[in-house]
Amino acid sequence: MQLVLEKRAERSNAIALVSPLIAIGLTIVTMTILFAILGKNPLLALQAYFIAPLTDGYSLQEIAVKATPLVMIAIGLSLCYLANAWNIGAEGQFLIGAVAGSWIAVKTQGTDAGAWVLPAMLLLGAIGGALYALIPAICKVKFGASEILTSLMLVYVADLFLDYLVRGPWRDPHGFNFPTTAEFDPVATVPVLIEGGRLHLGSIIALLVVAAAAVLLGRTIKGFEIRVVGAAPRAARFGGFNANQLIILTFAVSGALAGLAGIIEVAGPIGHLQPGISPGYGFTAIIVAFLGRLNPIGILIAGLFLALTFIGGEQAQIAMKIPLDVTKVFQGILLFYVLACDSLILYRFRLVFPNRQVTRGTG
Amino acid sequence: MELVEAIILSVLAASTPLLIAATGELVTERSGVLNLGVEGMMIMGAACGFAGAWLTGSIVVGAICGIVAGTLMSLVFALMALGLAVNQVATGLALTILGIGLSGLIGAGFVGERITPAPHLYIPVLTDIPLVGRVLFGEDAFVYLSIALIVGVWWFLYQTRPGLILRACGDNHVSAHALGYPVLRIRTLAVMFGGACAGLAGAYLPLAYTPFFIPGMTAGRGWIALALVVFASWRPGRLVVGAYLFGAVTILQLHAQGWGVGIPSQFMSALPYLATVIVLVLLSRARTGGSTAPAALGTVFVPDR
Repeated sequence: MQLVLEKRAERSNAIALVSPLIAIGLTIVTMTILFAILGKNPLLALQAYFIAPLTDGYSLQEIAVKATPLVMIAIGLSLCYLANAWNIGAEGQFLIGAVAGSWIAVKTQGTDAGAWVLPAMLLLGAIGGALYALIPAICKVKFGASEILTSLMLVYVADLFLDYLVRGPWRDPHGFNFPTTAEFDPVATVPVLIEGGRLHLGSIIALLVVAAAAVLLGRTIKGFEIRVVGAAPRAARFGGFNANQLIILTFAVSGALAGLAGIIEVAGPIGHLQPGISPGYGFTAIIVAFLGRLNPIGILIAGLFLALTFIGGEQAQIAMKIPLDVTKVFQGILLFYVLACDSLILYRFRLVFPNRQVTRGTG
Repeated sequence: MELVEAIILSVLAASTPLLIAATGELVTERSGVLNLGVEGMMIMGAACGFAGAWLTGSIVVGAICGIVAGTLMSLVFALMALGLAVNQVATGLALTILGIGLSGLIGAGFVGERITPAPHLYIPVLTDIPLVGRVLFGEDAFVYLSIALIVGVWWFLYQTRPGLILRACGDNHVSAHALGYPVLRIRTLAVMFGGACAGLAGAYLPLAYTPFFIPGMTAGRGWIALALVVFASWRPGRLVVGAYLFGAVTILQLHAQGWGVGIPSQFMSALPYLATVIVLVLLSRARTGGSTAPAALGTVFVPDR
């Protein structure tokens, strides 16, 4: 008796719908076991992770704040992945966007620059991210260099560049030698939505990005081209779609969104530029994109869910001394289950009995 | 002279983990599987290798723990990418994310601890030869092992029948399947070999390179190993050249920082990563005539029965 995988005649829509839920369920079961191994009460740990953050207003705002960069980056990545272009360097584009936008904030510090500062910062952040993403895209299209490796290498470069700036030319002269710029001026800060709260304008921008992506993919020719190039490259060539042009386009858009997310994060919740501005948003966004099944609305929900794990992870660390790395393990396992469950949309398992030979027509 | 010898020694030490990890990945990719999880398998090898060595006091046990950890991680990959026919790029990324998280969890208890690093060979007279003595006869066991490994892989791939079959799976899995070869089983073994090598390469870092464990200590070496396989055009011989070149870049930038050549240290630290990008571009460009990659690399194979 043997378990084999075989292709379904048609993709299963039922499984497509429930597979993220099955994946989350399996992840929670696995985490329960992991908590038990770590010697923590699994029920209390799960409560700290998934329920506690939903019960107070501050945490709810914090979830939206964390989900904002995740959703924005993941929307961009989903366009890339749909077009079969593998941008995995969003983390670097996020950092470069933050650096590019911060340039204006640092240069106008203490001057009487007007309300143009913030819009200019956001614009420059998006441009910075887009240009940085274009490096691997052009290397891929012009020279055939693997975009996976080049985009990833550039993450380390961006990280070091940011480190250089805040330790060198941009360091706050009154900052007691800490590697950080001075706090941004009010005109260079993303406004909060509720007085005294954490929720900021960036969350609205993220929602607009989701809506724009939904329209692009569902209602425009460009969106159709992206999906065809990814799903059926041969058909796309017959259709006259230019795959290389789409690689450039999707990389530029995803870089711009990651860069925008970067500058919003720096000019919003953080308020200044410093190393470690991202707890791996660019990588977690990859999980968000897949968990959301590369669909804008799905990504919005998935982004909120993964933001919940970030906040829950912090609370579980404070309340139960559960290491923060558990959150990363959780995210990695979740991605595995999502991918595995998605496989069952196209394939199914069947038991075969190799020993029971089909009797040939002998009589 | 002393300095030249010291530089050569440190270049060899920096190159060895790259060479071991890239050798494993080369075999994996030659069978047609792209496992992007090298970084995750390496960091697990580092954490488990250090844990094993610290708990038992034995470098050998540590190395074995690293190999086992890397192999187990690669089995997760094989289950997903081969068993469930999941996209290999996405699975590899998931493996790296999982590996970084798990290694942090496992290694947390060992941060700040130190072990006695792997001993270096010492043969009287031979090791004392000036300049070349310590380079040739004074290395730790991992360095010799890495060279034996790459020679063994070359011999296996090009001089043996199983090696030929493995390459056939990588170039055309449909034909290999039609000829009756168990494509998925061969690929699983190749993935496991890649995982074992990555685990060993990761274990090298805390066991011989620096005698302690810090989270994220692989610092992108797994990704550089992946780039090296491309650099080498999937050939073992060129892999050796590539690994030592990259080791040299890493060490030279460190020395340049020490000599204080007025360039900010961050720019020097970025060199190995920038070099990887530049080399990938130059090589891919030189190869416009036709790709030397295994033809079936990264494609899903589900045998129809």
